[in-house]
Amino acid sequence: MTNFKTMSNQDIEKQEYNITVYTENQIGLLSRIAIIFTRRKINIDSLNTSPSEIESIHRFNIVITESEEVVRKLTRQIEKQVEVLKVYYHTNQDVIWQELALYKVSTDVIAEKVSVERLLRENGARAVVIRKDYTVFETTGHREETDNLINILQPYGLIEFVRSARVAIIKDSEGFNAKLREFERLEPGEEVIENEYLNKGQKVFTM
Amino acid sequence: MEVAQQEILNKTAEKETVNISGSVALLEALIAEGVDTIFGYPGGAIMPIYDALYDYNEKLNHILVRHEQGGIHAGQGYARTSGKVGVVFATSGPGATNLVTGLADAQIDSTPLVCITGQVFAHLLGTDAFQETDVINITNPVTKWNYQVTDATEIPEVLAKAFYIAKSGRPGPVLIDITKNAQIQLFDYEGYTPCNHIRSYRPKPIVRMPYVEQAAELINKAKKPFIIWGQGVILGSAEQEFKTFVEKSGIPAAWTILGAGAIPTSHPLNVGMLGMHGNYGPNVLTNECDVLIAIGMRFDDRVTGRLDKYAKQAKVIHLDIDPAEIDKNVKTTVPVWGDCKETLPLLTSLVEQKQHTAWLNKFREYTRQEVEAVIHDELNPTSGEMTMGEVIKQLNDLTHGEAIIVTDVGQHQMVACRYAQFNNTRSNITSGGLGTMGFALPAAIGAKYGAQDKTVVAIIGDGGFQMTLQELGTIMQTGVDVKIIILNNRFLGMVRQWQELFNDRRYSFVDIESPDFVAVAAAYRIPGKCITDRAELPGALNEMINNKGSFLLEVMVTKENNVFPMVPQGCSVSEIRLK
Repeated sequence: MTNFKTMSNQDIEKQEYNITVYTENQIGLLSRIAIIFTRRKINIDSLNTSPSEIESIHRFNIVITESEEVVRKLTRQIEKQVEVLKVYYHTNQDVIWQELALYKVSTDVIAEKVSVERLLRENGARAVVIRKDYTVFETTGHREETDNLINILQPYGLIEFVRSARVAIIKDSEGFNAKLREFERLEPGEEVIENEYLNKGQKVFTM
Repeated sequence: MEVAQQEILNKTAEKETVNISGSVALLEALIAEGVDTIFGYPGGAIMPIYDALYDYNEKLNHILVRHEQGGIHAGQGYARTSGKVGVVFATSGPGATNLVTGLADAQIDSTPLVCITGQVFAHLLGTDAFQETDVINITNPVTKWNYQVTDATEIPEVLAKAFYIAKSGRPGPVLIDITKNAQIQLFDYEGYTPCNHIRSYRPKPIVRMPYVEQAAELINKAKKPFIIWGQGVILGSAEQEFKTFVEKSGIPAAWTILGAGAIPTSHPLNVGMLGMHGNYGPNVLTNECDVLIAIGMRFDDRVTGRLDKYAKQAKVIHLDIDPAEIDKNVKTTVPVWGDCKETLPLLTSLVEQKQHTAWLNKFREYTRQEVEAVIHDELNPTSGEMTMGEVIKQLNDLTHGEAIIVTDVGQHQMVACRYAQFNNTRSNITSGGLGTMGFALPAAIGAKYGAQDKTVVAIIGDGGFQMTLQELGTIMQTGVDVKIIILNNRFLGMVRQWQELFNDRRYSFVDIESPDFVAVAAAYRIPGKCITDRAELPGALNEMINNKGSFLLEVMVTKENNVFPMVPQGCSVSEIRLK
């Protein structure tokens, strides 16, 4: 069969995927989710846990670089966990995402050698703390943007750098409120189970 | 104490609370869930539960095993024959870690279990206390769900969830770790409410009629359809629905090792076993069928062989309750998500009544070739040492397919599953996915408790028997009736076979010496016999089967016999070898 040939490029090519996981707030669930990746030797690029739009429901944002086929299977395995309500995956184009970064530099050096105003303006950064001995800048944006400021500050002796996990909002999501009501019903309706298979019968998997 | 138990029932029935300990609440939960048998082993951190059990021994039959691994395998055997949830008790630390092999086995073979482990006092968690291990994290990858209870008030609800999760949807093992303080703690118990819904857990996917219709259309158009079924049919109690589907559609059907028995071995449309040591026809014709209908099976690599040469010509219909199984290994043309007890009747109503005579005859032709090349000599040797196959055949002649056959792992397992006759569902108990040597003896004990009116025969190799032979002690103490056949080839036979075929006969550490098994059994007051001569076989098997109580029969078989047919690793199923 020619299944392999009819696979779309998206299936084979690795790219960043944003996995959004809605869960109960349960101790130990992070570990259960993490081992689904580590068991398959898949590196988690970024992991964020936070409350969601619904009180008591937790939201994980996980970023990995993999093919869609692998990501689809991983999401199934995650969704199988008892305390996981729903898992979505999206490419970077399908989400609005941000990462936050903090940079600590010597106040003396920076005041002497850099036009701070220009630096802040051009990088959309702001100074969070200015002390006699050090200054902490903050910037928010995509990876390239936060990386860019590292490159700029590195020559002036970047003392400390840290970047947060990614948070992502799904562009075409209507949120989880309506879904949750379905889940809470004894016999959930069709709403809660999307099926991506219909009319995709020719796709084949490789791993 | 009987009075106290009655008081708990009376008061909770009147919606009054009763002040009881976490341990008593646990045992009340077990009784409410219909548990009658527990396999366990006490220890420091689970002592309060055992203390409470002292007063419950009329309602809960606790079987003292000799090792926690034996306990959990017995729980598995019990669950597999009875269809109920197996319950296992173990203490903290080593008691709990000894469960891990059994949990992994139950997880991969979808066996419903609730394991209760004791844990150190909550205030000692994380202090490297005596017999403290992080059981929850150790068991994360090998449980369907696990939970640590640190407060007695959680116990009724957590147990209700545990049983619901273990048995619903795709079943699996659940572990509940209970700290000692929670076992002792008194609280106001309001009675037990079983769980039937967890909002984040959907055990059964919704049946989608368009897929069922598409599947029926494919089946009705098919010229060479082929059914492959697995344990899902048994786990879903859908044996009757399955049989009706097979008979109406007239499609030849083959089984995975865990599916054996869902329809009788002798059924005219049952064409045999799939996989590495399965039958010739089912393997070869997998690559010739035009529609492959997979029911409650997961396309394990031992079934599929080389995946990129597996059934590539076929349209694949996959019926499964677990959405994660669809498209995991084999790309599906039509997925039929759902419980096969619901989806099979829907499908049956849409498929045409047919007979695929020519196609079925192809299977029969391959069977003829296999009988000639392999089976005849394996089952009817006239000279030389005994074969494993003839032992199974003669056992069939005595038990007529009515016995529960429990097997360990290796050559004897493949031979037993290939040749044993199964008239009934839930009568083939073996470690399929994990391949756990040492499974059979304890699993057979549990199997007997799960099906007391059946003859239970454990067939074990000389290697595997030595992994859990301490459970002879459990047999001795309980008097449970388990017939044990050791097929002794004085080798770790399956590994030896691979070394012969693929490693130039470099027999690396497969030459295993054994003790005098009959003497070992005698030390446990279990009668036994060792035979080396073919002429003794019928009489010895007869003696074993008719003995009141357990019996150990050691049969010395050919040292270097190979199990054929065989799909060598990395080969396609159609490259199956007859020799």
